[in-house]
Amino acid sequence: MIGWLGALLRVGRKLAAKTETQLYPEEMPKLPPRSRGRIVLTRDPDGKERCVACSLCAAVCPVACIDLSKAVAEDGRWYPDHFRINFARCIFCGLCEDACPTSAIQLTPDFELGEWRRDALVYEKHDLLIAGEGKVRGYRYWSVAGKAIAGKDKGEADHESPPVDLKGLLP
Amino acid sequence: MSTTITIDGRQVEARIGDDLLSVCLSYGIDVPYFCWHGALGSTGACRQCAVRVYAGPDDTKGRIVMACMTSIAEGQRVAVADPEAANFRARVIEWLMTNHPHDCPTCEEAGSCHLQDMTIATGHHVRRYRFTKRTHRNQDLGPLVTHEMNRCIACYRCTRFYRDYAGGRDLDAFGAHNNVYFGRAEDGVLESPFAGNLAEVCPTGVFNDKGWSADYARKWDMRATPSICPHCAVGCNLLVDERDGRVRRAQNRYHGALNGYFLCDRGRYGPLHVVSPQRLAVPLLGGVAASEHDATAAAHAAIAAGAIGIGSPRASLESNYALQRLVGPERFFAGVSDAEVKLLRRMIAILRAGPAKIASLAEIEAADAVLVLGEDLTNAAPRMALALRQTARAAERELAAQKGVPHWLDQAVHTAGEGRRSPIVLATSAPDPLDDIATLSLRLDAEAIAAFGVAVAAAMRGNVAEGLAAEGQVKDIADVLASAKCPLIIAGASLGAAAIIEAAAAIAAALGSRARIALIAPEANSVGLALLGGDGIESAAALLESGQAMTAIVLENDLFERAPRAGVERLFAAAKTVVALDALNTEITARAAIALPVAAFSEAAGTFVNYEGRAQRFFAAVPPNPAMPSAWRRIAAFGAGDWHSLDALIEDIVAERRDLVGIATAAPNAGFVMSGGKVTRAPRPLSGRTADDRAGQFADAAPPQDPDSPLTFGIKGSRGTQVPPALITSYKMPGLHSANAVTRFAQEIGGPLRGGDPGTLLFEAGEGALPPAAASDPIGVDGLLLVPLHDAFSGWELSRASALLAARAPAPRLMLHPDDAATLGLAAGAAVLIDGRPCGTRLSLDAGLARGVVAVSVGTVVPRGALRRVTIEAAS
Repeated sequence: MIGWLGALLRVGRKLAAKTETQLYPEEMPKLPPRSRGRIVLTRDPDGKERCVACSLCAAVCPVACIDLSKAVAEDGRWYPDHFRINFARCIFCGLCEDACPTSAIQLTPDFELGEWRRDALVYEKHDLLIAGEGKVRGYRYWSVAGKAIAGKDKGEADHESPPVDLKGLLP
Repeated sequence: MSTTITIDGRQVEARIGDDLLSVCLSYGIDVPYFCWHGALGSTGACRQCAVRVYAGPDDTKGRIVMACMTSIAEGQRVAVADPEAANFRARVIEWLMTNHPHDCPTCEEAGSCHLQDMTIATGHHVRRYRFTKRTHRNQDLGPLVTHEMNRCIACYRCTRFYRDYAGGRDLDAFGAHNNVYFGRAEDGVLESPFAGNLAEVCPTGVFNDKGWSADYARKWDMRATPSICPHCAVGCNLLVDERDGRVRRAQNRYHGALNGYFLCDRGRYGPLHVVSPQRLAVPLLGGVAASEHDATAAAHAAIAAGAIGIGSPRASLESNYALQRLVGPERFFAGVSDAEVKLLRRMIAILRAGPAKIASLAEIEAADAVLVLGEDLTNAAPRMALALRQTARAAERELAAQKGVPHWLDQAVHTAGEGRRSPIVLATSAPDPLDDIATLSLRLDAEAIAAFGVAVAAAMRGNVAEGLAAEGQVKDIADVLASAKCPLIIAGASLGAAAIIEAAAAIAAALGSRARIALIAPEANSVGLALLGGDGIESAAALLESGQAMTAIVLENDLFERAPRAGVERLFAAAKTVVALDALNTEITARAAIALPVAAFSEAAGTFVNYEGRAQRFFAAVPPNPAMPSAWRRIAAFGAGDWHSLDALIEDIVAERRDLVGIATAAPNAGFVMSGGKVTRAPRPLSGRTADDRAGQFADAAPPQDPDSPLTFGIKGSRGTQVPPALITSYKMPGLHSANAVTRFAQEIGGPLRGGDPGTLLFEAGEGALPPAAASDPIGVDGLLLVPLHDAFSGWELSRASALLAARAPAPRLMLHPDDAATLGLAAGAAVLIDGRPCGTRLSLDAGLARGVVAVSVGTVVPRGALRRVTIEAAS
């Protein structure tokens, strides 16, 4: 008898409690920036593509849903000729983001990826590439890399000495 | 002498005097290293392979030494895992890495990088160095090799390979201490035809494969397939890397008896002819694209009218056999000139008869006196020229060994060897890139080379000939060869002179069973084709002219390349219909009534027989494309046989031809399965497998099927050291991703692969008696002897189809000795006629040529053919 009343009381108290259910989509959830949703490709502070097509994201992807190929731009930068993510396969684990050495690939809080056709879930580079830097501000891979590109010669990257003069006689 | 030493408590057998690092690696004990290389020996430059060595049972303290510089001694105890040694190695790599750029994401080498492997193996995860890094400017080293000097760790492997091993002169070390620089004195193309090996020799990304970089995929994203180089008769083993159905690069596949660790550039970059725009992609009817249905229907009708088959030395043995089966042996022809068929048959008869044993490349390196008759090895069989460069150093190694310097201490061998050279005699018509290692270079025309060879053979039997061009040297050379422990004779078909082959046979016979012989055939499957039988193109034309057949089926062959033009034109005139099966667009496919596309060597399985008679299997590196089936599948559809797979075809060949029974054992058949499943071509991560998979609309991404090989395209399957040697697709081991891990797959460093080197020898020396030589056709005395220049990068149709080699190809040449030119009244730069016909190049003069000859690039200026005389005159 007591237990029965106690249970009724506990349930009854919930009637007055504040509701946890949100009325999505009328009310949009506020997800933290680090939550793992739709994947984007970001740009560096100069507006240049960050991705250098190193394929680490593709290699680490446990469902192998990322496919890309490398090309070299006229200024010497590597970039992905095509970059494809199959969101029908993606499990939003975020390993690609962890693996990325240039902070190019990032997961965003956008989770609204429902589509009628599976085709529409295969995102190409123009679907993925955004205009901004995303979560990582200020990082430029090419200013720490040793390869020369147009506008950044040998010895001009961070922590680099000027190129060795092989014809010099000094020790 | 062998002894038992203890390495980390494990008792292992080792030869006294060998270096400790080699012993560790061959027992699978990982000691980090950079500068040591199986073929280049030790130099002690990187200080990475530190281990603690205890002198004997009473030594408790031991000392830290470099394993690569330490000889095995009796009762040695070694501690690789010693904490102090491990710490030493970690600190050394930290120093090496201080200047290494933050480049891995944009470095081609990453993923198969020895430096990455070793850095991770030693536990150096975080850079503590916070100061500036040394930088270098790069050089443009030509179309084949990239250069990114910032990445260098100064192991000296590049110069040791390029200069000491391959005899190159234009790559060197510059600067000192921290600034040391590896490159050329100034920008420019690397001259050595072995420069591509730098991509594999370099343990970091300083040198890499430029062709691969242009069509790049990471090592872990490419499926690799064991293959055989289709470019020359040596038959070097390749790994062909593929992604997205496209061949991306070819790399060396270790073979103890043949190519070892290295390829020539023709073999490394030439196979990319399979991705050239010259590929025949669609069927042609009268030179116009047609549907598969119309073209095959037309071909069926033409073949039903009675056909002859013309095989090819660049098609697989199986495809040639299928054609022979379709048309019958008496209507099957070899696809080269009659003279070349005769020459090849004679070469095989000589090899079979013995007594000289057929020399593999490993045996060439072991020879102590060499006579080369007529062959420009650097162009005709480049990998053999590289082997001969090692032969030249045998005398140096012997002297060093007498002084107690071990063979693996390469720099010290150089010094202790006092520059001694093993006797190598070159008798050729044109200046030879091997002249710098030859003890004697003779410039003679083809007839004089043959006469010289006969005189040497006679001198060995005690008869001294007189009135020869090189009379003074004959006796000396005969003595050197006769007193050698392991003399070697090299000759071949390059000059098209049967008399040279006979001379080589005579010398070998005079030397007896300790002699070795190598006879170079012109192409990858020339020997296989000659074993199958069939006369040459001229005989084919004669049969068509007699009206016994209407149609000629030409298999993977640009006949204009392989026989004089007149003979091929006769064939075209006599045949009512020409059906061409080819992977490339050639003059034949353009002129044939029907041309059908077939698979290239990278798209089908088959067998090539190399110059030794070694049958070696290659497999499809690219998933089969039904629009371009194997040539034998097309021929089977014409009614040749009911073969559902390559194994069924091989079964038929073996049943009919007892002498070819060895091809069945050249590699495991398609039914071969290991406990882990079929051997897989794919590395485990192989990314992007599901990126295109729209489940529900297309079938789930199932790996493509390949009925002709025991290999699978899927990622599930067997890998590792237990894989049979003919099927090795990767040297990847846990923690080791670069080609340096090949040490795990060999029985000993530089020795055969575990389970034996792949391939089966179809014949051996001493199998039969040598019938007397047929009388050779007289070639007259008027005009100049034609010396065909087989330029490695442009002398064969497949080489010219590779865009990378085309960028390195020399301009076509026509050369005369200045005195001959003066006699003819010609000056350098003159336009000339060969036998009254204009040629596509201008005259140049070279005082290094033999007298009485005209040297002409084959393939680009003249076709291949028998030794002949031509007249040269000024074009009016």
